[in-house]
Formats: sequence, structure tokens, C-alpha cells
Amino acid sequence: MIQTSLRKALHAATGPMTLDIQLDILTGEFLAITGASGSGKTTLLRLLAGLEKPEEGRILVDGAVWLDSARGIQLPIQERKVGLVFQEYALFPNMTVRENLEYGLGKGQSKAIIDELIGITELEQLLGRYPSKLSGGQQQRVALARALVRRPKLLLLDEPLSALDSRMRERLQNYILQAHQAFSLTTLLVSHDHREIFKLADRVISLKHGKISQPDLPETVQYANVSDGTFRLSGEVLQLEEAGSGFSVSVLVGTNVLRVPATMEDLRRLQPGDRVEVLVDAQHAMLIKT
Amino acid sequence: MDSGFAQTLLLTFQLAAVTTVLLLFIGVPLAFLLSRTQSRFKPILEALISMPLVLPPTVLGFYLLLAFSPRSALGNWLVETANIRLVFSFAGLVIGSLIYSLPFMVQPIQSGFESLPKHLREASYSLGKSVWQTLLRVELPNIKPAVLTGIVLAFAHTVGEFGVILMIGGNIPGETRVASIAIYDEVEALNYGMANRYALVLVLFAFTILALVYTINRRMLRTA
Repeated sequence: MIQTSLRKALHAATGPMTLDIQLDILTGEFLAITGASGSGKTTLLRLLAGLEKPEEGRILVDGAVWLDSARGIQLPIQERKVGLVFQEYALFPNMTVRENLEYGLGKGQSKAIIDELIGITELEQLLGRYPSKLSGGQQQRVALARALVRRPKLLLLDEPLSALDSRMRERLQNYILQAHQAFSLTTLLVSHDHREIFKLADRVISLKHGKISQPDLPETVQYANVSDGTFRLSGEVLQLEEAGSGFSVSVLVGTNVLRVPATMEDLRRLQPGDRVEVLVDAQHAMLIKT
Repeated sequence: MDSGFAQTLLLTFQLAAVTTVLLLFIGVPLAFLLSRTQSRFKPILEALISMPLVLPPTVLGFYLLLAFSPRSALGNWLVETANIRLVFSFAGLVIGSLIYSLPFMVQPIQSGFESLPKHLREASYSLGKSVWQTLLRVELPNIKPAVLTGIVLAFAHTVGEFGVILMIGGNIPGETRVASIAIYDEVEALNYGMANRYALVLVLFAFTILALVYTINRRMLRTA
């Protein structure tokens, strides 16, 4: 169980704001964090990792105190058992893949873990290569493996896949899921990709201006909300247009764009960028294998 | 005559080598601190380090001469306690050169550190490695071209030093007479042939070392 309570003043692009977060994470949970850019997601991960200091806060991990500002306790990042994966991979350019992995070994730690990780992330063919000779997807596999060498309690993934194309992203998602299960990790993933969150996460929270909005009410879960006979798909208005004799509104739901028939009234009150819910009759839903 | 020529060149390169090695140990930590500090005194420290870039070397030499003089408090103290005389001595030249060439060592290495993405060191810290381990195994190896540039510039700049040495070193063969001083001296004596020999060596040296740096840097960039 990880209990956190954190407060920190931030200077976002939109002006000053305060990150103020109370969050409990279960051991073994896969938690996704979503939210607009500048909402404090990355800062939350950095606070957990110990890369930044909050004005006030506590972090308890399985009873151990990582941070307690009231008592002046602030465990340095080296002593927190966290694995970090950045969007930018951050592999050491002067080391081969194998050297990157071995760099993570603690004093006296057995190399067996390296072979296990190489197996899970299928890096056998790449061990002698330098990062500059790897594709983005390959680099991120190495970064994931490297983050796990120390057997961290907490794996922090900061938009790890957003620089990759969708095919590569799906493969990487499988590696992440495998690692999460094989090492019984508690994993926090910052992501904007609803499909990714849906596939990986047990729970999702959304940050807005530094606060958790609709705690524990994931947008993705609403995909399956059929209690009132409808699906509620939340999305973003992309475009308003005339379609034949009527009108239509294009809505981005996850990574799909739905063109929804609309009335003159809809066009008047909506504009691109608005958040909307698309209600779909669930009675006639069909599943077709693709 | 010829042994004097060799002796002068040897002294020139000795001074540059000693200065460069010492500067490496001073410059790397200094560049590291400057690249990391958030202190509001950073611009002041940077200005102090860079002063030799804009000051006439004679100004620096003049104040060093005053400071090193046995009649000054510092000079007197050094002579009394350690019997070290810095004016007109090799040790004095080394200290003068350290100050004079410091920016040439610090600036390339500092911008090397600053150009490294901070994710690299954060990844290293998250792998349990200390600031020191991260510096030695991640940061320095990845700014090799910057370090090499610093070393070469500091060395070459010390070889080309003139004004400071003239002020605090004078022209004692085997002790403070370096190539640039020798050229001036030979020209004064209308000994153009000898001046030309020194000058030619310095020209060839400067060209060779710069060509070498650019070649190595290009190769490092290609493999990186």
C-alpha cells in the first residue's frame, strides 16, 4: 500500500497553480494517470521518485516513510526503490545495451536478473549495440528492462510510449504488462491514450489543475456503462459541419473519430474543443471480429 | 644556442602540460558546479572566471606581480613560511597560467554538462547511483569532446601566453623563458632567424593540434 499526500506550488504555462493530491495506491495495482498537459501528472511522478521536493507532504510505502515534511524526512531517490521510464528513453549513449542493464545492478546483486529481463523484453539480439543504433521501440524496451534491474517496488512510466507509432506501442504495452505481472510491481503510468489505459490499467485518475478530478471514476469505464441502456462515450468535439441536408459533429473518442448527426441547436451551443458525451443505444450493439 | 632553443621549447610545453593537468582537476568540478547551481551568485562567479578573456594580460600580470612580490603580505608570507618565491619563478608562471587559461578549460566543459539531457542523470540516480558515480560513469564519458576541447584550448592558450609571463616571469633561461617571450627577445636583438624558428614551431604546433581536435571531435560525433 502506498499512501501519499502531497502539496506543491507549480508554475504551469497557464499560470501558477497548486498541486494538491491525496492518493492511495494498492500494492500490485496498475494505476493510470491522465489529464491535460500542465495538469501536474509528471510532477506527481517526480515527487514520488524523489526528483522534486513538495512544500508539504507524506509518502508511505508499505509502512516505510519515504517522505514526511513535518518530520523533515526526505529519502533521496537513490534509496527509494523506484524504476523510472521517460518518454525520451534516457539510455546512456556511452554504454551498450548490456552495459546499460548492468549499470543498474546494485553492489553484490546477482546478474541473474539481467538474463531474466533480457528474456522478458526479448533483447537477446541487441545486447552489443549502442543506443544510437536502436529504434525508438527497441530503446524503450531497454529502458523498461533497465528500470527493473533493481527490482523496484514502484514503477513510474511517464508517457513512455507516446513517441512510438501505434503498432510499436501495442507491442510495448504487452512488455509492460508482462513485467508488471512477472515482478508483482505497483505501476503508475502517465498516458493520454485511452486504449492504452483501458488495456493496461486497473484504475485511472484524471488530474486537472493539480487536483484529482472525478477520483476513481475512469472515463474508460464509461465505455461499458450500460445500466441505462446506453453507452456513454466521452470525447472531444473536433469539427462541426454540414452533411447533406443536415448537420454533423465529429467527436474524438479515444483514438476514434465518430461523426454524430446533429441539429441546428447542437451547432449553436458546441464548438471545437468542447468535452461531450455521446450517448449510444446499447440495445443494438453488435460485435464484429476484425 | 641550439640547447637554448630546445630548453625554451621544453619549458614552454612543460608549463602548458602542468597547467593543463592542474586545470583539469580544477575546471571539471567548477564546470560541474556552475552547470548545476541555481545560486544567484552564479553570474558573478562566471564573470570572475571569464575575466582573463577580456582583460589585457598585462593587467592580470600586474596584479599578480604585486601579490607575489616579497614586499606584499602574501608574497612575504609565502617566503617566510614555505620559502616559495613566486615572482620570476616557474611556480609563479604556473599560478598565473592557471588563472589566465581557466575560462578555456571551464567554458567548453560547462556547456558540455549543460547540453546533456537531465534525464540521463535522473535515470542514473533512480538506479541507485550517487552524484559522484553518475559524474564519472555517465556524464563525463558522454561529454568527452567537450573535455577534450577544454584540454586542448587550455594547453594551446598557455603555450601562446605572453603578457602575463612577461610581467611576472621575466626572461630567465630554463626557468621562465618560454617560446613567446623568446621570440620577442630575439626580435628585440634583431635576431630574426632565431625568432622565425620559434615562430614556425608555434605555427605548426597550433595547426597540428587544432586539426587533431577537429578530427577527433568529428569521429566522436559520428559514433555517438
